[in-house]
Amino acid sequence: MDRPRLSSVLRRAVVPALLALLAVAATASAGFIAPEAGGSPNADRTRTLYWLIFSLGVVVFVGVEGVLIWCIVKFRAKKGRVAAQIHGNTRLEIGWTVGAACLLIFLTVATFVMLPSIKNPAPSDIDANGNPVTASNAAFASTDQPPPPKGASMNIQVDGQQYVWRYKYPGQRNVFSYVNMYVPVGMTVTLDISSDDVAHSWWIPELGGKADALPGYINKSWFRVAAPGIYRGQCAELCGRNHANMYGAVIAMPFDRWKAWYDRQARDIQIAENLAAASRKRLDAEQSRQAAQGGGAAGGNAQNPQP
Amino acid sequence: MASLDYATRTVPRPQIERHAVAPDERSWTSWLTTTDHKKIGILYLWTVAVFFILGGVEALLIRVQLGAPDNTFVTPEKYNQLFTLHGTTMIFLVTVPVWAGFANYLLPLMIGARDVAFPRLNAWSYWMFLFGGLALYASMFFTPPEAGWFSYVPLSTSEYSPSGGQDAWIFMVHLTGLSSMLGAVNFICTIHNMRAPGMGWGRLPLFVWTILIYSYLIVLAISSLAATVTMLLLDRHFGTNFFDPNEGGSALLWQHLFWFFGHPEVYILILPAFGVFSEVLPVFARKPIFGYKAIAAATAGIAFLGLLVWAHHMFATPSATVVLAFFMLSSFVIAVPTGVKIFNWLATLWRGTIEFRVPLMFAVGGIATFVVGGITGIFLAVFPVDWQLTDTYFVVAHMHYVAFGGTAFAMLSATYFWYPKMTGRMLNERMGKVSFWLVFIGFQVTFLIQHSAGLSGMPRRIYEYSAGSGWHTYNLISTIGAFILGTGALLTILNLVRSLKVGTPSGPDPWKANTLEWFTPSPPPAHNFDTIPRVRSVEPMKDIRRQVEQLSGAEQRFEAGRPMVKA
Repeated sequence: MDRPRLSSVLRRAVVPALLALLAVAATASAGFIAPEAGGSPNADRTRTLYWLIFSLGVVVFVGVEGVLIWCIVKFRAKKGRVAAQIHGNTRLEIGWTVGAACLLIFLTVATFVMLPSIKNPAPSDIDANGNPVTASNAAFASTDQPPPPKGASMNIQVDGQQYVWRYKYPGQRNVFSYVNMYVPVGMTVTLDISSDDVAHSWWIPELGGKADALPGYINKSWFRVAAPGIYRGQCAELCGRNHANMYGAVIAMPFDRWKAWYDRQARDIQIAENLAAASRKRLDAEQSRQAAQGGGAAGGNAQNPQP
Repeated sequence: MASLDYATRTVPRPQIERHAVAPDERSWTSWLTTTDHKKIGILYLWTVAVFFILGGVEALLIRVQLGAPDNTFVTPEKYNQLFTLHGTTMIFLVTVPVWAGFANYLLPLMIGARDVAFPRLNAWSYWMFLFGGLALYASMFFTPPEAGWFSYVPLSTSEYSPSGGQDAWIFMVHLTGLSSMLGAVNFICTIHNMRAPGMGWGRLPLFVWTILIYSYLIVLAISSLAATVTMLLLDRHFGTNFFDPNEGGSALLWQHLFWFFGHPEVYILILPAFGVFSEVLPVFARKPIFGYKAIAAATAGIAFLGLLVWAHHMFATPSATVVLAFFMLSSFVIAVPTGVKIFNWLATLWRGTIEFRVPLMFAVGGIATFVVGGITGIFLAVFPVDWQLTDTYFVVAHMHYVAFGGTAFAMLSATYFWYPKMTGRMLNERMGKVSFWLVFIGFQVTFLIQHSAGLSGMPRRIYEYSAGSGWHTYNLISTIGAFILGTGALLTILNLVRSLKVGTPSGPDPWKANTLEWFTPSPPPAHNFDTIPRVRSVEPMKDIRRQVEQLSGAEQRFEAGRPMVKA
């Protein structure tokens, strides 16, 4: 009975409110009403998809809550008012069922259109020597397990341990680091994520979504950092008492500086390993000498050393 | 009222009536030995109230710890124990058994039966539920569990959680699970076999429909959980390796098995809440429910689809895209029947004459809140977006909008609605309204802002965050809201206790409601009905009132919430 009035209310109040909300949303700082992004293309596209769902969600929210508030204000019990004894309306039932389904079909299509650009690694902006490449190699596969994209890419093994992340870098030399992952800007980095102990979850919000680290499984993720900087995150799956302190960060630097870091890290690790090997050798020699002299009476031998 | 049926018949048909009954057992031991569904229902509900208070206190302690950055109010160990106990309590000891409690009390009354099908089994269900809860809380004196209410392996295996608290959690799941399953079998048998004459499937009250579906879901989902936690128990103590990746087991297997139970569980706790909304709205809008068949069908549809969406809790795990896509689509599909229910409730209010009593306020507030949880559920169903949102405070906000907005609001609505039937006294209306506004506003203040905390990168289950994280304001607001919410809930608890003695006597049908339980005195006698009326529609009590009006010529209209004054 009040349909014309309702639609005029919708026009006059709800639609401007909706537009205002969207305007606020667009200018709002990252993280308040949309996920963080800005570090890597996959994170940016995830946020675009989020905005699409958000807009639809706002429409549904305003529609449903609007009708609800309208009903409880408009149809309060009053003297002389009699409730309409309606039992249902099949056409209306079919209408809103189909309507809801249409919204969801639209979302499904949108998701699958955007999925490849989120899930599959994009090609690097630089080649293996750090030189910029033109966008000639933009084609990439969209199969289930994305192969490394054409051109250069870097695969880093991410290993979760209570309560630290360990990163193993590619190359002949033994290069690894803890907590901070160092990467060159513009390089597509693919991640093989696993765990040594309990379940963890790898997450740097500005560089894309989470990937759980489970012992016995290798999970995949990727990013391509656009600008130098420090991108912070922390473990997102309960992993024990110090779950709150399991931080991770990606430190992106220009290729030549990254290369210098890589060489220095490789050298430092080599030196540390040499020192460790030397001291192990010395201790072994010491122990076998003691064993030969004291017959093990003084406690400790090579198999069962004592500190 | 008992002779009503005779009065309306031209030729009275002989019926069995009581001629003498034993006086009501008043001794406290009657509560231990009772097999009366009403007494068992009340035992369930008071026990749930105690666990609800415990879970609420745990929630407040969590909020105090998170109210300030780098807080040292509790240790990391205590914090993990707190959220494990809070989640476990609210899921297993509050939101599931609360419906066992209401169903126990109301189901036989609503369908015109004198008790449930297996009264002794019913008593056993209650006592197992109580001892399950006690097994969990007894661990407070030793080491409570700390691997979360979901107890993911490997964290919950003996290697990483050696304490007995994890075993207490397993025993709690077993005891309450068996309790729920036996209770469910009881409800199923009662509903299928003991309905009043004339009450076909199309005349079953919608709350009873949801309890029927809830019961089938419990049988399917909780039996799976029982097997799963048994596997964990075997892994922990008997050397099996179902979940140990170093011995050929799988850490992912637990997640699949757990969520195969865990998602139907969400519908186990939400469907009866929908049933409460479907009962309360028509009474206070003075209108029949809109789309009875659609709502009943949507209930069954949600339950079926609810068994097919479990892996949307696991989108970030190593899974093939086809798996992710399937569970995204199934989660979308389940939004349709849920939406249908909401639209039907709106249409029920449409052109009604709505009386603002506390049960209606909690129902409408619950629907308004649940809608937000439903919409954010779509965000989480889109798996690329879920990769950003999962395991953050966005999910904490989402699931509280669903579980508190749906289940807890419905629970409070049901309490205010049926308390007069159970005790013969009304709850205090003014206290109820203040309680509603505190709960409603407190809830929104607590949880709306948590979406933002999650979007700006705050993971779940962290006991502290640094001052530089930018999450302090969000968390402070949330903590303040939690205390407003807690005050509101406390007010209702006080109301419950206070009104037992001083509440206004309610009479048999204070709300002028539609279903058969209002045909009995308040509280109903042990045998419920002297004569079981024949059911002619989905609103038998409305028919009876109309009949009385026609016979007596006296207007039976009176304002809801005021006891009927005898002319």
